[in-house]
Amino acid sequence: MAITVRTMSRPEAASSYVRATLQGMALTFKHLLAKKWTMEYPEQTSGPDWTLSKRWRGTHRMAVDADGKAKCVACGLCPQICPANCIKLIPGEDEKGNRYPLVYEIDEFRCVFCGYCQEVCPEEAIHVGVHYENAEYSREGFVYDLERLMRQPHEVSSLWDPSDPKGE
Amino acid sequence: MNPVTGDAFLWISAVKILVVFGLLLTLIAFWTLVERRGAGFIQNRLGPNRVGPEGLFQPVADGIKNFLKEETLPPFADRFLFVLAPMMAFTPALITFAVVPFAAPLPTRWGLVSTPIADLPVGFLYILAISSLGVYGVVLAGWSSNNKYSLLGGLRGSAQLISYEVSMGLSAVAVLVLAGNITMNDIVARQQQSVWFVLPLFVAFFTFLVASFAETNRLPFDLPEAEAELIAGYHTEYSAMKFAMFYLAEYSNMITASALMVTLFFGGWDIPFTSWDNTPPWTLLKFAATFAAFWAKVLGFLFAYVWVRWTLPRFRFDQLMDLGWKVLLPVALGYVMVIAVAVWALEAAGMQFGVAYTLVLTALSLALGALLLLGLDRNRVIGGSAARQRERWRAQAARARGAA
Repeated sequence: MAITVRTMSRPEAASSYVRATLQGMALTFKHLLAKKWTMEYPEQTSGPDWTLSKRWRGTHRMAVDADGKAKCVACGLCPQICPANCIKLIPGEDEKGNRYPLVYEIDEFRCVFCGYCQEVCPEEAIHVGVHYENAEYSREGFVYDLERLMRQPHEVSSLWDPSDPKGE
Repeated sequence: MNPVTGDAFLWISAVKILVVFGLLLTLIAFWTLVERRGAGFIQNRLGPNRVGPEGLFQPVADGIKNFLKEETLPPFADRFLFVLAPMMAFTPALITFAVVPFAAPLPTRWGLVSTPIADLPVGFLYILAISSLGVYGVVLAGWSSNNKYSLLGGLRGSAQLISYEVSMGLSAVAVLVLAGNITMNDIVARQQQSVWFVLPLFVAFFTFLVASFAETNRLPFDLPEAEAELIAGYHTEYSAMKFAMFYLAEYSNMITASALMVTLFFGGWDIPFTSWDNTPPWTLLKFAATFAAFWAKVLGFLFAYVWVRWTLPRFRFDQLMDLGWKVLLPVALGYVMVIAVAVWALEAAGMQFGVAYTLVLTALSLALGALLLLGLDRNRVIGGSAARQRERWRAQAARARGAA
């Protein structure tokens, strides 16, 4: 018993091998000369067709006040809300009674980049950044301490604004 | 000037071998890059352009990678044949080129150097004999790997190559009828006296073109490797340089097939519309000009291989067999008859071989070619045998209803 193969009955013009082949060849030749869409990444990180969104949520950055100290007051809201449990905070207090973080570490491997830490922060200290180039040579390198978070130079995310949902 | 003889013949042959071998390998390496960048361009991207200017050293990087990779040997493979198969694929692919004349003869101090490595009087038979050896590489690779996919690939390869070898040979018979000789240089010389054989033998060219695509296992006939169905077909189990050998074999097959089409149908190293290039005295300039003309034509065909690869989808296996045995073979056979009768009639009418002679054949061939191309229709030609069987069953059922 032969294998049953369905063949559709098509009109003469649509079933001509020669015409279909020539049409296909013409099409591919057109594409051969057409505009190329490749973005050559390391040299070119954004272009007219593609840029990072202002709402992009990447690795964190800690805001710094006028004295060059971290804005964080160690209130403990960000480790509390963090769904991935990736923020480690040990609070301290100076002689004037101001709270500050003794230890502030974010494990970027555990982070899910939800941006809740930035949303919840009362001092606008911790931010998620508009940034994605994070290669490291070791796993330890992905635990960012306070110094490192303060040193990050990149833009910070604008997050999603409910009053301006389209970001206009 | 006399041809080279004596001791000089030996070492000049050695030099020719080295030069042509180097030239072929360079072209193969370069063409793997052209293929990948062409694929990129056709898909609106850039393709590999990182290694060197415009990716020109990519083949070198690939070569180094292939030398350094692990050579795997499957535990249940037939060790001897497994190692032999890549060589069997690679060697015939390269040595076929030995009889192709790629330029006008070169005058040297020792005599006139003819351009094919071996100026065999039976050049065309040599090509038929050697090029069909290449299938052993595919079959042995498929069988010795002890792998179902490889075996299926090898099986398909042998079926396909045997089927298309027949129509390829037959379509070339038309050329031999017209050329009256099987020495490659004489076939070229005949075309220089009249017109390129693509015109008076258009149908033969068409069948030869299709068959040579099938012979080289290129899309739309790459069923032996059909990666969607067979992983990589006959070279599934191969790695490193052994795999690279199959790859090189595919590309050198392409080059040889292109060179053959150029020699048989596109005038070989002939420069069109002038007889300056094919009359003695031979000079270095003529050698260079005809060399460039030949390779320009070959590169054109090689580009067509790449272009077609990224255009046409793969045939189904029954369609492949249909096309080979039910279309190409009868067409090639019938066409040989037509050409033979036409040549006989022209001779009987007392016409000498020349431009007018070939123009008569051109008119005949183009008319036949137009008929063939119009007739190449999916429903008529390649419906698959099952489709026709179903038609028959349907007709039977209708008759039965009519009787009842």
